[in-house]
Amino acid sequence: MAEAQTLEIRDLSIGVGEHSVVDGVDFSIGRGEIVALVGESGSGKSLTALSIMGLLSGSVHQTGGTATLEGQALELGNDAAMQKLRGTSLSMIFQEPIASLNPLLSVGAQVAESLIVHGRATSDEAWDRAVEMLRDVGIPAPEQRARQLPSELSGGMCQRVMIASALIAEPRLLIADEPTTALDVTIQAQILHLMRRLRDETDTSVLIITHDMGVVASVADRVCVMYGGRIVEQAEVHELFAAPRHPYTKLLLATIPRMDGPRKVELFSISGMVPDVSAWPEGCRFRTRCPLASDACATRPPLEAVGEGTDHVTACWHSDKVEGLA
Amino acid sequence: MSEPLLSVRGLKVHFPVATGKLFGKTPVVRAVDGIDFTLDEGETLGIVGESGCGKSTTGNAILGLAPVTEGEILFDGTNVSALTGKARQALWRDLQVVFQDPVSALDPKRTIGQSIAEPLAIHGVGKAERRARVDELMELVGLRSGQRDRYPNELSGGQRQRVVIARALALEPRVVICDEAVSALDVSIQSQVLNLLLRLQRDLGLSYLFISHDLSVVRHIADRIAVMYLGTVVEEAPTDALFARPLHPYTEALLSAVPVPDPLAERAKTGRPLQGDVPNPMEMPAGCPFVARCPLREEGCDAIRPAPIEVSPGHRLACHVREREITGASALDKVG
Repeated sequence: MAEAQTLEIRDLSIGVGEHSVVDGVDFSIGRGEIVALVGESGSGKSLTALSIMGLLSGSVHQTGGTATLEGQALELGNDAAMQKLRGTSLSMIFQEPIASLNPLLSVGAQVAESLIVHGRATSDEAWDRAVEMLRDVGIPAPEQRARQLPSELSGGMCQRVMIASALIAEPRLLIADEPTTALDVTIQAQILHLMRRLRDETDTSVLIITHDMGVVASVADRVCVMYGGRIVEQAEVHELFAAPRHPYTKLLLATIPRMDGPRKVELFSISGMVPDVSAWPEGCRFRTRCPLASDACATRPPLEAVGEGTDHVTACWHSDKVEGLA
Repeated sequence: MSEPLLSVRGLKVHFPVATGKLFGKTPVVRAVDGIDFTLDEGETLGIVGESGCGKSTTGNAILGLAPVTEGEILFDGTNVSALTGKARQALWRDLQVVFQDPVSALDPKRTIGQSIAEPLAIHGVGKAERRARVDELMELVGLRSGQRDRYPNELSGGQRQRVVIARALALEPRVVICDEAVSALDVSIQSQVLNLLLRLQRDLGLSYLFISHDLSVVRHIADRIAVMYLGTVVEEAPTDALFARPLHPYTEALLSAVPVPDPLAERAKTGRPLQGDVPNPMEMPAGCPFVARCPLREEGCDAIRPAPIEVSPGHRLACHVREREITGASALDKVG
């Protein structure tokens, strides 16, 4: 029997009011693995992440599916149970580090907080651990920096503080929702470098949510591509970029201006736009924009392996024709 | 040789900082600290750099939205930096802007037809002609004329940006400043808008000042690129030359920091990324603005501001160390 996956999500569905926004999502993350959930606005990637943290609220609710963390079932709808896991077994960092930090509390106290709240350490021990953690994430002069407020630090420094506070309790899984989107490109490179290094050193599993295929190529081991609330393709990162087998993945990669491609030429573009959640087509949700669409696509395609003995899966009736696109 | 359409000479934009103190010297943020560039008819100049480098302030100064502390902005030979009132309004016929966020750029209470017609009304175009012109403009940017009575909230982000572009083109400008014009759009929509901008340039002979933090987008659309850091242009070159042979250490760091959508190339990157943060612009070093993060810095770099030199046609560089490597001498030679 193989070791249990760090995270296993089965048939996860999320609704907003009467509309389905995430529909039957399956994926898993192994120990020390970095999995990217990639998609455009409205693909359901961020709601998927929030639901794993048990943070759905208001009219957004889970309508089906299960999640396990190292073999133990997660009660995603049970706030008290999830609260015990947040900050210890599960941690999350967000796009806007400055908005996610308390402006009135020193950054050292914020990093130490989860150890104290969960009774893992006395406040003195927690402070010392926080300073060490700040050093680990590359904050210079951490003894002094720990006493400063978030407003005294740059955006990149604040994201390092967020990562330190997320990792101090040695979680099994770190969820990073667009962790570098608000950062400048040279700072983004530092944070991506840090995430890779910390994963190598601590064996933490990471779920990274992003819209940026460059970020995916830089950090992910495996990639799940989402469109219209569903995973449409999942593969090992090199395989996904070299031989995408879903038309959406293929076209999405083709629309990005490349650093080595011809300039000032017409870029490939995907016609139309993502339909509103109230107007998803029956069957494959990409079919209204897909150049390969046929009558068969009115029936939902299952997520199936693209060949024998591979874990590359795609949900497309015409996956054998994708290579000829774009 | 013909004069450039737009010419910026020695531009400085300094903002005083409110400290709440009555006495003492008011500190100044040198948002733009002495830059020069030109833009020719039908050409695209990209301005790239990270937050706080002064790229948007540069665009705003040209538009009259930021105060010019020193220097000249010549449009078609006329200094426009001091224009106000009617003269400034007349300039809008030739000079327009598209900002990043199409949601805040459009009045939610006006239909998109009304928004596109507004500049025409201000410049005295009659009602019947306005209507015909709005239809023309909507077709030009790929909107259906049936959408003219829609409100912005009924449109997607990509469609709203098309409305903003149509409005910017209403007066048939010669220069459009695009300030992060595609940055808020999803990638599949971004490529549609980039294609539109390229087509409009070909058909109408527009010039673009294309301000963006996204290097792969700028590389795609720009003929020449100016790289800014802390209020100065550290390097400027034709696009192909800049990407083939970046000379300034900041340009090199910036190009290698961009994550490319290719896992093999990403994982082949070696070495540590550029360290440190952009310094506080209130604490501008006397010498090279990049000195605190520069892997090549030598004695004297922090004291003497490097002047831009032309290393090959159209390729300008402001770096003492690289200047000496290329020319055999630099201002540093006099140090010590």
